[in-house]
Amino acid sequence: MSLATSTAPEPAASSTDSAGGRKALRRQRLAETITAWSLAGPALILLVTLFFLPVFAVFAIALTDWQFGASDLAFVGLGNFKEVFADEGFRASLVNTIVYVAIVVPGTISLGLVIALLIESGKSCRAFYRAIHFLPFMATLTAMAIAWEPLLHPTIGLVNQTLASLGLPTANWLRDEGTVLPVLAVIGIWQNLGYAMVLFLAGLKSIPQDLYDAADIDGADLWFDRLRTVTLPMLGPVSMFVFIVVALRAFETFDTVQVLTQGGPGHASEMLLFTLYRESFQYLRTGYGAAVAVVFLCIVVALTLIQARVLDKRVHYQ
Amino acid sequence: MNKIFIKQISKSFGATPVLRDVSLSIADGEFLTLLGASGCGKSTLLRILAGLELQTGGSVAIGERVVDGVRPKRRDVAMVFQSYALYPHMTVQDNMALPLRMRRLSSWQRLPLAGRFMPGTTATTAEIERDVTRTAKALGIGHLLARKPGQLSGGQRQRVAVGRAMVRQPAVFLMDEPLSNLDAMLRVQMRAEIKELHNRLGVTFVYVTHDESEAMTMSDRVAVMLDGELLQVAPPQEIYADPDDRRVAEFIGSPKINMLEARLRDGGLADAAGTSFAVAANVAHGTALTLGIRPEAFHLVDAGGANILTGAVRLVEHMGSDLFVHLDVPGTEHPLIARLLAERAPQILTGQTLHLGVKPERLLLFAADGKRLRPHNHRNGTVLRMRELAQ
Repeated sequence: MSLATSTAPEPAASSTDSAGGRKALRRQRLAETITAWSLAGPALILLVTLFFLPVFAVFAIALTDWQFGASDLAFVGLGNFKEVFADEGFRASLVNTIVYVAIVVPGTISLGLVIALLIESGKSCRAFYRAIHFLPFMATLTAMAIAWEPLLHPTIGLVNQTLASLGLPTANWLRDEGTVLPVLAVIGIWQNLGYAMVLFLAGLKSIPQDLYDAADIDGADLWFDRLRTVTLPMLGPVSMFVFIVVALRAFETFDTVQVLTQGGPGHASEMLLFTLYRESFQYLRTGYGAAVAVVFLCIVVALTLIQARVLDKRVHYQ
Repeated sequence: MNKIFIKQISKSFGATPVLRDVSLSIADGEFLTLLGASGCGKSTLLRILAGLELQTGGSVAIGERVVDGVRPKRRDVAMVFQSYALYPHMTVQDNMALPLRMRRLSSWQRLPLAGRFMPGTTATTAEIERDVTRTAKALGIGHLLARKPGQLSGGQRQRVAVGRAMVRQPAVFLMDEPLSNLDAMLRVQMRAEIKELHNRLGVTFVYVTHDESEAMTMSDRVAVMLDGELLQVAPPQEIYADPDDRRVAEFIGSPKINMLEARLRDGGLADAAGTSFAVAANVAHGTALTLGIRPEAFHLVDAGGANILTGAVRLVEHMGSDLFVHLDVPGTEHPLIARLLAERAPQILTGQTLHLGVKPERLLLFAADGKRLRPHNHRNGTVLRMRELAQ
């Protein structure tokens, strides 16, 4: 790694004082280098110790059979990875995570956008609506998950009571293999909605009124035409950001699984981070857990790169 | 016929009045400029014409039709915005095609994929493409059709904005300070191009600007606005030479008109700045007046006397063909500015005493309330012209 330092152009030194001039110049350069390293140093140390070293450690542990607390370990090469991909539980966890993300991301983005548009088009109580939609994002999900549990209780839960009173079929939402993942996804949408909404609101505020005026004059004055001509394209950059952040948050879902379902019934609601946690910290299979972490990391990095690449080309930036 | 009648328009934003009882008629094919300092309500008036803003009171008619409450797209007006308001995600081609697509294609035909398979879409789209290409060529932007606004220079964007307005052949062009984002050189060039465009299309243009030179060079008539009021509507030369109001006289002209406070006494004489001027105003003796003297109304004379101002030269500015001489005259608040032809003026030095004469007919008299005082037989050209237009 090299640090760029700016140096003044060398003065045209005459032959008599060239030696002294060079010395002064060298001293100046040294001082600049020291300043540069001392300024960049703290951040660099933090980055290395808190980010690069742990990542490197995870990669290294993934190649061993180390168990947490064990005094010895052996190098097993890609053995952990082979085991990970052969493991039915992990495969179910991966598929669950993908399904979960595939529901949460479009759900959050479309609902967040609709709510942002509704709030923006209304005149009264804007701050109130903003606040109540943003609340779930601010609150600790563990606490919120506890609140969801009685709601979804099979006999005394409000959801089933309401459905029953309307004559609709009820379900044991969190204990049924068919419903548990969609229910977790709904909770995920509920939680991320406010975040997407706030970002969309900020995006909507930054669209120049002139564009809407031009659209009016050009004849694109119905809500659908305005949305297609101005609003959605101008929200492109914000949408990309929301897409990436919500997708990453969905991939990292852990609290709801831990508090509400423990991955069950069976493996029906097990997701990557929960698998990782269970293998590493409950079963203490740290090597195996590290391999899961590496897979998880690869998915997240790949996703970010693909999203940035694909969306960057199609999204307009001013 | 596409005359525009603006009848007693008023507009308030909350408790703040922005337009007060503005009435104006604009002839078919006329180039009318709304001129005024920022915040005078000229853009609001234009937006009311476009239908983007609803007036608080009064009525607007375009052609024979009262358009109050009519949506902008049904008014047959096109607008060029100060920011150009081009859709940044669309190519120039799509930007210019949008007003045509919105009018010529049904909502079904405009649907993203399915629209292509609706009957008639292909033929109409091809026709739109032809119209866009023709307009783009006429404006010299044919080679830019595939680009996006972000890849264009200010001047090119401006042309695209004009193109988008032009492509659907509207009855009225509304322009809201379209040149103010351009550099000085380009502004002069585009000024001429817009004027040419007006000549070529022959439709009504309403142009909003705060730039006096744009108003004076391009317009058939200029409407000077101040604080939400229309002060005078007249051809540029008349606005300059025969202003109705002190504020109009002060707003138009660079350097600014010289204003001398005076009092009328016997014999049709007014005393100001230590000298007396022969004035022909039909007002009572002792009335306070303001004498307006354009800088170029001064001529050099050898000695002081009636209608002659005497003072010490404070500053001389050489402008090539002209000299701007700033003169400290006792009894005046500000130095007077005289514009003298460089070739006729002798060497003028700072500190030198100079005598400047004014012919009585070049004095502009204003009453204390700012209204112009005209000699008895002077007919008000503006009023006559307004009446002609209204008939």
